[in-house]
Amino acid sequence: MATAEVSNTKTLKVKRFKPSEDPKSTFLTEEKGLWAWLTTVDHKKIGLMYLGSVTFFFLLGGILALLLRTELLTPAKTFIEADTYNQFFTLHGAIMVFFVLVPSIPAALGNFVLPMQLGAKDVAFPRLNLASFYIYVIGAIFTFIALANNGLDTGWTFYTPYSTDSSSSVIWVTLGVFILGFSSILTGTNFITTIHKMRAPGITWGKLPLNIWALYATSIIQVLATPVLAITLLLLTMERFLGIGIFDPAMGGDPVLFQHFFWFYSHPAVYIMIVPGFGIISEVITTFSKKHIFGYWAIALSSLAIAFIGFLVWGHHMFTSGQSAVATTVFSFLTFLVGIPTGIKILNWVATLYKGSIEMKTPMLYVFIFLFLFSIGGFTGIMLGSLAADIHLHDTYYVVAHFHYVMMGGTLIALLAGLHYWWPKMTGKMYNEFQAKIGAALIFIGFNMTFLPQFIMGSQGMPRRYYNYIDQFTIFHQTSTIGSYILGVGFLLIAFYLLRSLFSGEKAGSNPWGSRGLEWQATSPPDLHNFDHTPVIINGPYDYHKPMEEFQLGLADVHHNGHEPSHAAKAAAEEVTN
Amino acid sequence: MGSLFDFMLPELKSPMTGATTDALMGFIHIVSFIILAGVTIAMIYFAIKYRRRSEDDETPLITHNNKLEITWSVIPLLLVFVVFGWGYKGWLNLKTVPDNAYEIHVSAYKWGWTFKYENGAQVGNEVHVPAGRPIKLVMQSQDVLHSFFVPDYRIKQDVLPNRYTYVWFQADETGESQVFCTEYCGTSHSNMLAKVIVHTENDFEAWLEEQGTGGGGTPEERGEQLVGLQGCASCHSMDGSDGIGPTWQGLWGKERNFESAASVSADENYIRESILNPSAKIVEGYQNQMVSYEGRLSDDDISDIIAYIKTLEE
Ligand code: HEC
Ligand code: HEM
Ligand SMILES: [Cu+2]
Ligand SMILES: [Cu+2]
Repeated sequence: MATAEVSNTKTLKVKRFKPSEDPKSTFLTEEKGLWAWLTTVDHKKIGLMYLGSVTFFFLLGGILALLLRTELLTPAKTFIEADTYNQFFTLHGAIMVFFVLVPSIPAALGNFVLPMQLGAKDVAFPRLNLASFYIYVIGAIFTFIALANNGLDTGWTFYTPYSTDSSSSVIWVTLGVFILGFSSILTGTNFITTIHKMRAPGITWGKLPLNIWALYATSIIQVLATPVLAITLLLLTMERFLGIGIFDPAMGGDPVLFQHFFWFYSHPAVYIMIVPGFGIISEVITTFSKKHIFGYWAIALSSLAIAFIGFLVWGHHMFTSGQSAVATTVFSFLTFLVGIPTGIKILNWVATLYKGSIEMKTPMLYVFIFLFLFSIGGFTGIMLGSLAADIHLHDTYYVVAHFHYVMMGGTLIALLAGLHYWWPKMTGKMYNEFQAKIGAALIFIGFNMTFLPQFIMGSQGMPRRYYNYIDQFTIFHQTSTIGSYILGVGFLLIAFYLLRSLFSGEKAGSNPWGSRGLEWQATSPPDLHNFDHTPVIINGPYDYHKPMEEFQLGLADVHHNGHEPSHAAKAAAEEVTN
Repeated sequence: MGSLFDFMLPELKSPMTGATTDALMGFIHIVSFIILAGVTIAMIYFAIKYRRRSEDDETPLITHNNKLEITWSVIPLLLVFVVFGWGYKGWLNLKTVPDNAYEIHVSAYKWGWTFKYENGAQVGNEVHVPAGRPIKLVMQSQDVLHSFFVPDYRIKQDVLPNRYTYVWFQADETGESQVFCTEYCGTSHSNMLAKVIVHTENDFEAWLEEQGTGGGGTPEERGEQLVGLQGCASCHSMDGSDGIGPTWQGLWGKERNFESAASVSADENYIRESILNPSAKIVEGYQNQMVSYEGRLSDDDISDIIAYIKTLEE
């Protein structure tokens, strides 16, 4: 049909491939059955299996959260004992962080869309991808048993010497978290390789969707930070079984050293949780404003900047711990530096809206909620980074509110945006838009009602991890608890209409939002091999000023049936992109 | 303007340590509020003004704007420099104890606080201080990490088992302030509370005098005092009610059954062993929750406690 200048070295013959609106076969209709799913190497099925597991754990963590909030309705005992409460908040925190947020966006949604956005058939190492999933499942079950069996009540931070005083379960839990982490290392490696090697002809680094940049930065953090967990584990084991004093003061060790190790992993882990969310926001906001992203490179590179500086700020969790004055000063300073690239992103997104053609569909509604809540999380982070203020606020409910605004208001809301955005692509079905908007409103109201009062009671002095509290805080706690019930109803509603859409939802077209993203040029749901041609890219992913036809090109002369990797297409891709 | 957010903070009772914190928090809150309001209004305004009118809306190609990018990187950068410097200054002040500070030693344990004065007086869960004078607390933990937090003074410091940490404040008015433990330390973490009680200089001297050296009295009285100061009472009741540990009422001479050892009757040696090596015999129905008091209680102290336990008949 036409020829396109893809690079200055080679001219490819391309033609237009319009995605079918009525696909005969999709990844859901092929390789059916439980066994086929459990042994699949298809990135889409693996992504959906992750999504299922993450949802399951979110339900578990959410029920625990509601139990915690219910206990806090009154000071002293409401319905559970102090020890039970302490175990519940440990479980809740550990599940939400390690089982839900860390794998949620990269492993669930990332797995589904990353190869599609690159125009690839799959990730670079499909079998490794399946292995990552099973390692995640094993790690999650292992950690869960270790946590529940030993009644671990240390909080998800496992601080020594409390955590090592009376039992060795912290070793098992660390081992479990490390197994989970290993799964992230493998996923990270897989993604990095895929992004370097499997881009369709024409996708240069400057034409990568920002979602890919975000996943790229996340993968780097995953690969570099997780090994520190293994070191911590080794040290704990040495202390326990060889009696070498490392963290335990009774043996001449230093308990604060544990905090350094813990946060050296866990602070970057915070960015493992949030950076992928940034990717989703960039995709959704451009689609629903039909407009080029504002400041592509500023957004892409700030993800990388956050990834790198994020390694150097762990000490901001330890301002009151008695670490040295120099360390405290430097950590405070670097913390502010991470704040800047994050702030830049927010402003770039808002600027993208300027003169757009804005359609307030549910995913876009979540983006707006994200921008508002995440900004509050960010500003309160600046508050906590500034030394004198942090001394007062550390380990109070102000911190609890801050990290819920970041992790839930940020990552989880971004996940919901992504889920509602890609749901038609993943399932081929549309959910009920009206119910979805009600759901988003419930989440927004419930969330703020739950966590806003916590800022106030925190700065009034209410410490965190408190089963009992003094009367003056009752009104804040009760408001918060009622808010959490509204939040719970919101999530139930979402579960309801999403599940219902699977059975009676309207059929979704291949590109219901009119996006220019490559994943939308496949059928909904996609073919087992994503595309039955090799896509060729001539425009950037946000070039809304170019006609849709230019985004539907593929190699014209390479014939393949879609069932085995086409070597010719791959070779061509490599020549172009390298 | 910063005072808009004053409702968030409790009344400041130690301006020398808290004034900077309050001013800084007010500043950050107000600046954040303005920027947040700006961003939110812009978002909503754009969403309405540029709402989609038809499916074939065309949008202009605006890819970036270096001047704008630089402006909104540099202004926040300057702002955070201010916040950093300000916070640093306040923190330095919190770390610099005035020379004339009055020193009190603090010992934290699961789950309580003991305050020791220079004349030997000891009090549990109440620290009495003179008004108008800087007070320095030198703190150490007997077991796990704890943290000493007084919201009214805007001070907080972790208390560690292996080294001393310190914190200071100066309360200008007489009155009371709440102390919380803010480093999670187990079952009764949320009950690990104490009070700061501020007296006038004269009242304080009189109070201190009255406390004496804490060493007088009969062995039973000394024993009773130790039990309060060492925090035994946070796990053991004297009146038969159940707690984290068994009650002491009627303990003396009673037959004890264990999780994994032959039963013995509670005599001097058994109680002594229970205090110095609690994990040797775990009382049936209880967890291994008690830490050893080896090195923290002298032989005389233990004898006094035993004398006291003997008095607790059913
Ligand atoms: C953290 C809570 C805790 C504190 C504080 C504590 N104990 Fe205990 N204590 C226990 C528990 C639990 C047991 C039962 C398990 C065991 O035998 O170790 C126990 C057992 C005992 C026993 C044996 C009681 C019996 O019924 O046979 C004695 C005696 C005792 N403690 C003395 C003390 C003294 C003296 C102190 C203070 C110097 C103290 N405890 C502080 C938790 C505590
Ligand atoms: C994405 C969702 C969420 C994440 C990632 C998350 C994460 C966490 C973490 C890491 C902790 C700290 C646990 C600890 O101190 O060891 C925590 C505590 C807590 N969370 Fe959540 N949470 C989420 C949702 C919720 C929801 C929806 C509620 C309320 C309904 C909630 C209520 C609580 C409560 C009450 C605590 C205990 C606070 C304390 O005493 O320190 N969380 N959460
Ligand atoms: Cu951090
Ligand atoms: Cu505590």
